[in-house]
Amino acid sequence: MLKRVADSLYWLSRYVERAENMARLVDVSLQHLPNVQNLDNESLKKHWEPILLSTGDSDLFYKVYQEANSETLTHFLTFDENNPSSIQSCILAARQNAHMIRDQISEEMWEVINLLYHFLKNQDAKKVWEEGPFSFYKKVKEFSHLFQGLTAATFPRQEGYDFVEMGKFIERADKTGRILDMKYHLLLPEIQLIGTGLDHAQWGAVLLACSADAAYRKTYLSELKPKFIVDILVLSRTFPRSIHYCLMEFNNALHRRTGCPLGSYSNEAERICGKLLADLSFKTPDDIISVGLHEQLAEIEETISLISLLLSKQYMFFPVVDPAQEEQNPAKNQ
Amino acid sequence: MDFSNYLCDNFYDEMFDAKGVVRPHYKSVLESFSALSQSDFDRCVSEVDKSFLHKGITFTVYNDDQGTEKIFPFDMIPRIIPKNEWDHIEAGLKQRIYAINLFLKDIYTDQKIIKDGVVPKDYIFSAPHYRKEFVGIRVPKDIYVHICGTDLIRNTEGDYLVLEDNCRCPSGVSYMLEGRQALKRVFPKMFPSVGVQSVSQYPDQLLKVLKHIVPSGVENPTIAVLTPGAYNSAYFEHCFLAHQMGVNIVEGQDLIVENNRIYMKTIYGLQQIDVLYRRIDDDFIDPTVFRKDSLLGVPGIVDAYRAGNLGLANSIGTGVADDKVIYYFIPRIIKYYLGEDPILKSVDTFLASEKEDFSYIIENMENLVVKSANESGGYGMLIGPHASKNEVDKFRAAVKENPRNFIAQPPIALSRHPSWTGKNFEGRHIDLRPYILYGDEISIVPGGLTRVALKKGSLVVNSSQGGGSKDTWVLYS
Repeated sequence: MLKRVADSLYWLSRYVERAENMARLVDVSLQHLPNVQNLDNESLKKHWEPILLSTGDSDLFYKVYQEANSETLTHFLTFDENNPSSIQSCILAARQNAHMIRDQISEEMWEVINLLYHFLKNQDAKKVWEEGPFSFYKKVKEFSHLFQGLTAATFPRQEGYDFVEMGKFIERADKTGRILDMKYHLLLPEIQLIGTGLDHAQWGAVLLACSADAAYRKTYLSELKPKFIVDILVLSRTFPRSIHYCLMEFNNALHRRTGCPLGSYSNEAERICGKLLADLSFKTPDDIISVGLHEQLAEIEETISLISLLLSKQYMFFPVVDPAQEEQNPAKNQ
Repeated sequence: MDFSNYLCDNFYDEMFDAKGVVRPHYKSVLESFSALSQSDFDRCVSEVDKSFLHKGITFTVYNDDQGTEKIFPFDMIPRIIPKNEWDHIEAGLKQRIYAINLFLKDIYTDQKIIKDGVVPKDYIFSAPHYRKEFVGIRVPKDIYVHICGTDLIRNTEGDYLVLEDNCRCPSGVSYMLEGRQALKRVFPKMFPSVGVQSVSQYPDQLLKVLKHIVPSGVENPTIAVLTPGAYNSAYFEHCFLAHQMGVNIVEGQDLIVENNRIYMKTIYGLQQIDVLYRRIDDDFIDPTVFRKDSLLGVPGIVDAYRAGNLGLANSIGTGVADDKVIYYFIPRIIKYYLGEDPILKSVDTFLASEKEDFSYIIENMENLVVKSANESGGYGMLIGPHASKNEVDKFRAAVKENPRNFIAQPPIALSRHPSWTGKNFEGRHIDLRPYILYGDEISIVPGGLTRVALKKGSLVVNSSQGGGSKDTWVLYS
C-alpha cells in the first residue's frame, strides 16, 4: 500500500469522525439551550463559548463574528468553510481524501461520502435553523454511522482497514476528551452553581453528546455523578466512545500493522500509546479528579497528538530512502 | 414520447433516412422510446443523472469559487451502429493505427520515410510533440501507441471520415463504460431486443496490453496508472481504470527513480514498478528531460524507460502523429508502409505552410474550418461560416504569423442524431471516438464514445464546450 494511500485513508476516517463529533457538540448545546435561565446575549455567550474553547477556535471565531449566539455559532461550527473544524470543512476534506483514493475504497464508501457532501452543499444555516436543527445534526451523525457501517461491511480486512480504524479511534478519543472538557469550561465561571439543576443538565448534556446516557444508567445505577461520568468517558474498557476504549482499539490496529505483540513495542508510536494505555488502565476517577479533570484531559490530548505525529512519520511521510538498501529488505505487498 | 415532429433538415440523420423513415437498425429502439410516457422518460433521465452525480462522475466548473460540480450531460437515446458499418470502421482503424505505429518507429529510428521524401522532414522536426530525445531508442515490442482514441465523423452522405487521431492520452473511455451501465439499469429490456455487443471487456483488454510490455524477465509485474492527481479533470477515469484493472494508481510524488529503476513508496518501503499506464503528457512526465518546472512527473523516469526497466503506455513522442499537419500525410503514410489505400477517408486538408494552399486559405477563410495544428478540446479552431468578421481577421493574422501551425478544411456537416433538448427531440451533431488497443494484436471494443454537440446548430462536441455523450451500440448483426 502506498504511503499516500495510507495517509488518505487515515484522514478520511478521522474527518468523518470529526464531523460526527462536531454534530454531537452543536446538537447537544442546542438541546441544552432551553435549560438556560435567560436567553439574553450574555447568557447565550456563556452557553456557546465553551464549545469554542473546547475546540480551540475562539480567536478565529471572533475575527469574523461580532457575537457568540446560536445562529452565529451554528453557522461557524457547521457551514463556515473558513473554519477548518466546521462540519462542512471536515466533509470537504474527507471527500477530497476519498476522491484521491477512490479506487482503493469500496464504491459504497465513496458514494456515502459523496452523498453527505452533496447533502451539506444543499443546506444553509438559515434553513437548518428555521426547520429545526435537530434532524439536521441527526442526519450528519447517521451519515457518519452509515460510512462506518459500510466500511465494516465492505472493506477488506487488510492494511487499509487498519489505517481507517486508527483514524476513527484516535479522533474519537480526542473528541471525547474535548466534549468532557467542555463541561470544565462551562463550569468555571459559575462555581457556586455546582450541584444545582443547571449543573445536572450540563453533565447530562455531556453524556448525551457521547451517546453515553443509557450506558451510564445501566452501569452505575446512579444519578449523575462527575466521578462516574469521568469513569465512563475516560477510563471505561467497554464503552466504545471512552478514551481508554478508543486507544485500545487504536493500539490493536497499530500492532496488527507492525506485527509486534501487544504489551511491547517496535516503534515510537507504539511505545507512547502503550505507555498512555498503561496509565489509563491503572487510574481511578478519583485520581483524575484530584489532579484536575481539565489538566488530565489536556495531558491526554497532547499525548494523542504526539501519537498521531509519530504514526504519520512511521507510515505516511515520504522520507528520502536509499533504494539500494531497501532492496535488501524486500518490500512486500501483503 | 413523440417523434412525429422530428426534422432531419437535410443533414445525414443517424435514425431517419432522407424521407423521414426510420432506419431498420433503429426501428426497435424507436418503438421502445415511443412507447415511453413523458413521466417515465423524465424519471429515467433523473435516475441516470443522479447515478452520475452520486458516483462523482462530474467536472468542476472553473471560475466558480463555490466549486460547483456538474455532471457530463448524457443523452438517453443510444447511437446505433450496425455490424457491417462497424466492420468497415474496425478494419479502417486497425489499418490506420498499424501504419501510424510503423511511422513512429521509423521516424525515431531509421527515418526512411523522410529519406524517401514521403513526408518532408521539416514538418516532422517542427512538430512540437516530436521528441528528438528519443531518436535511436528502441521501445518494448516496437509499440508506440498502445491506446488510441481516433475521432470519426460522418458527412452528409453518411461516409465515416477520420477527423483526428489522439495518440497521446485519449480520455473518455470511462464514459463509454459508465454510460453503458447507466442505460442498462434504466432500459434493461431494450438491449436484447436489438442485440448489442458488450464493451465491458475493455479494462481486461487494457490490462492485457499493459502486461504485453512488461520488461523481459519479470514474472509478477507491478503495474500502475500514473495520474497528475485528484485535481485533474480526468481523475475519475484514472481511478476507474485502475480500479477495474485492479492495479495501483500513483502520482509523481509516490514514485522515485534510482539506478534507472522506478519505485513506489509503500508503507513497507520501496516497491519496483514494471509498467506504467501514464496519463501525464510528455511535457510533464520528467522534469530532468522535458519541462523543468513540472511537479507532476518523476525525475529520471525517462532514463528508466530508455534503460528498458519500464514499460510505458503510451510511449514518448507519439504526439507527432496527432499533429494536424501530419494528419494530412496519413493516407500517404498508410500507402508507404502498407502499400494499401486507406480504408477510412480523411477530411480534405489544406496546409497553410504550402504556398498554394496558403493563398487559398487566406482568401476563403469565411468558408473554411481553420485549425491550430496542435490544440485539442475544441480550442484553437475557427469555423469560418459561423464566425464574426473580427474572429476571421484574428485567425487570418495568426495564420500569416505562423503558417506551420495551421491547417484548413472544408466545413463538414456532421451527421445528426435525435437528442433530448429538455422539451422535445431534435437533431444534434455527433462524432464517434472508438478506443483502439495495441498489444499482441490490435483490438477495438465494439463501441466507443459518441459525443454530441447539445447546443443547437453547434459543431463542437467537446465536453468543455457544451458537449454531451451518448451510449454507442454496435449490433451483432
